[in-house]
Amino acid sequence: MTDLLLDASGIAKRYGAVAALRDASLAVRPGEVHALMGANGAGKSTLVKILTGTVRPDRGTISIRGTVRAISSPTDARRAGMVSVYQDPTVIPDLDISDNLRLTGTPVDGFRSWMAELGIPGLDLSDYARDLPLPTLRIIDLARALAHEPDVLLMDETTAALPADLTERVLEVIGRQKASGRSVIFISHRLIEISALCDRATVLRDGETVGVVDMGPGAEDRIVSLMLGPSEPESAPAVVAGVADASSDAPPAPTRVRLAVTGLRAGARLQDVSFELHTGEVLGVVALEGQGQEELFEVLAGSRRPAGGDIRVDDHVVDLRHPADAIKAGLVYVPADRLEALLPQRSVHENIALPFSSRVRDWGPIRVASEKRTVDGAIARLQIDTRAKSEVRRLSGGNQQKVTIARWIASGVQTLLCFDPTRGIDIRTKRQIYTLLRELAASGSAVLLYTSELEEIQLVCDRAIVIFGGRVVDEMPAAQADEPTLLRAAYGLPPGVPMPEELAEAAAVAEGVA
Amino acid sequence: MSVASPVAGPVIEGVTGSVQSTLARIVRRNGWTIVLYLLLAALLLLARALRSGFGPADIQSLAIGVMPIIFAAAAQTVCVISGGIDLSVGPVMAFTSVTAAALMKGGSEESAIVVVIFVLLLGVAVGAINGALVVVSRVPDIIVTLAMSFVWAGAALLVLSSPGGAAAEWFKDLSSGSFLIDWLPKALVVVLVCVALVWLPLRRSRLGLSMYALGSSPVAALRSGVDVNRTKVAAYMVTGLFAAAGGLTLTMITGIGSPRPGDYTLNGVAAIVLGGVSLVGGRGGMLGPIAAAFILSLIRINLVFLGVEPSYSTVIQGVILIIVVMIGGLVALRRSRA
Repeated sequence: MTDLLLDASGIAKRYGAVAALRDASLAVRPGEVHALMGANGAGKSTLVKILTGTVRPDRGTISIRGTVRAISSPTDARRAGMVSVYQDPTVIPDLDISDNLRLTGTPVDGFRSWMAELGIPGLDLSDYARDLPLPTLRIIDLARALAHEPDVLLMDETTAALPADLTERVLEVIGRQKASGRSVIFISHRLIEISALCDRATVLRDGETVGVVDMGPGAEDRIVSLMLGPSEPESAPAVVAGVADASSDAPPAPTRVRLAVTGLRAGARLQDVSFELHTGEVLGVVALEGQGQEELFEVLAGSRRPAGGDIRVDDHVVDLRHPADAIKAGLVYVPADRLEALLPQRSVHENIALPFSSRVRDWGPIRVASEKRTVDGAIARLQIDTRAKSEVRRLSGGNQQKVTIARWIASGVQTLLCFDPTRGIDIRTKRQIYTLLRELAASGSAVLLYTSELEEIQLVCDRAIVIFGGRVVDEMPAAQADEPTLLRAAYGLPPGVPMPEELAEAAAVAEGVA
Repeated sequence: MSVASPVAGPVIEGVTGSVQSTLARIVRRNGWTIVLYLLLAALLLLARALRSGFGPADIQSLAIGVMPIIFAAAAQTVCVISGGIDLSVGPVMAFTSVTAAALMKGGSEESAIVVVIFVLLLGVAVGAINGALVVVSRVPDIIVTLAMSFVWAGAALLVLSSPGGAAAEWFKDLSSGSFLIDWLPKALVVVLVCVALVWLPLRRSRLGLSMYALGSSPVAALRSGVDVNRTKVAAYMVTGLFAAAGGLTLTMITGIGSPRPGDYTLNGVAAIVLGGVSLVGGRGGMLGPIAAAFILSLIRINLVFLGVEPSYSTVIQGVILIIVVMIGGLVALRRSRA
């Protein structure tokens, strides 16, 4: 038993019916860089919040240097020697930097010297935080944390969205923390950074710690397999077979390009995405959290203006300034959060009929009979388990999601943009939604489907693209897109080239040949 | 001059250079406040041009009239900067005003000082109740304080059902006359000193920073170690303190307490909006709202001088408020895009 710097064990936390953490543990030795790994929804962010005192656990103990501590606020955490740098900077936008430092009681001299080490010397402390660019704010956040000289520094995706030169500095500074007996808990989607930097990795899956891996040769594969967990082959084949049937029944359909996206950029995350979506196709989008997929869907749905690139629908360039433009172009958005799309207090009928009345000239009296026909048609087709008069909020999540899809089918829409449509939906309804999406594709519609559940790619999609760091890094037919392959690609690792060194070698060889 | 001469040349140059850049920054940061004071000066000159007799006496009555609005605006400023809004400022002013008048009636001159202190503490307590309700109930500020505005208005009526009470002589004297020179009304000095006594130390304290932080970004504030709930209650307590000061000035300038004074809640909100306090929180200060309170009154006075019918003048005042705030918004928008 080495004496541990931080030892969190048996941590559990429920939010209502959802267990975010069941039994998580994390043990950090002095002077190590420790990676915290887990797929989307594994409970990483909840554990971070608990360790830093912004969320209280239901169960579990946290001890620091062998003493059990109750950490109920960020101030408590700091007193215990634990300081964190969050995914989004915690600098107050409307205060200048020196006021921000005063708020957290940070020594200014220490802060300045860390800023210099991290590659931004001579920052004007009287600048308002709101006027500074995001990478600078991240560095400020990190320098401020370092100035507290924490025993444990917790870094959540700090290197995401940092330019390469700053990333290098950050990694170097972390390396030096180690030498002085301090520890760093490092969370990153970049597996390459983790294998280069970390000593050990704790892997979370479904709110439980499933393993601690010593970094070294082969560690990446172990981490990936721990994150995936034991495969459950029993349910998958049936539906895959169904999909395969559907695709084999259909003759090689004369597909057209419905939607073509070229060099699309938006915000800080979506860098350069290009792809084509064909009629009769379900195209899967795979990405870890925050790789630009939200921005991609927002742009396509017309609720966000792109910074560059173009979007073509049926070979015409479209300018989407408003969701109404996107709907007119036949692009409709099905969000993960049903309540974003529905009017929960109104009836199913009204919700399905709403898109018909989005044009001003339709603001007059409603033609009740014809509206009822279309709505009933949609309800029947989707097997929505309800009488159409009842309020949408009384439906189950799955049925609500069906209503959001139904409203667009009823209005004859051709292109569906589904953003994680099965999040938090029971397995039976999920199946129905899969079937529905397949049927839509078979009838000539095009579906773009982002999903956080990798198994859905093979269940529903024909093809998948993988987005990492705001760019499309991989594309593959669904048949090849098994979970390990997708996860590797999503972490920015090329398939079949397990180690970064090998990658570098391959590149060198390729160059030599050329 | 002779003091500065021993300093070496280059050093002076460096210093003036940094002074210049500091000045440039102050102008850039406080552009809106500077515009407001220029507008205030212009309106004063306009009043003087329209009526040649416009002199110290008019300035004094202007300052007396604006006093309670300034306190209402100061109260609202603290609350709004912390990300809240207090719709009960006006009724709290009424409640504290009638309480002061009722307690001062029949009391000695000396005992009035105790009344003043008691009423200020009453304001703090009222603010603490408002703030605690917002924090505990998790109901939005605007709804809690709207509901509480009826409670405090009722409380005012319970204390005095019709205008009445009295005020100590020395207390009434605080707002009348001038201070040192004819053109400086005593009322203005009193209100500025009172606001400064509370605001300046607060602005420089960690509590003050926490208030700005809370209004600017509650999540970042929490992660920076701000006790969000306590900060919110503290902000409402300061709001209550300023509202009580406003209530005292109502008693001071009228000599009695009225359970139904004018609409100071919305006048205060108008002043802070014009004064550059962001209604979503985190931005603004006290200088802007103080100037804005004067500007709103001066606009009405000038319209009277121009012979505009009073019923029209409030309409015009409203339109001007919208136009001015809109221009401010457009300027900010252009700057953020540049």
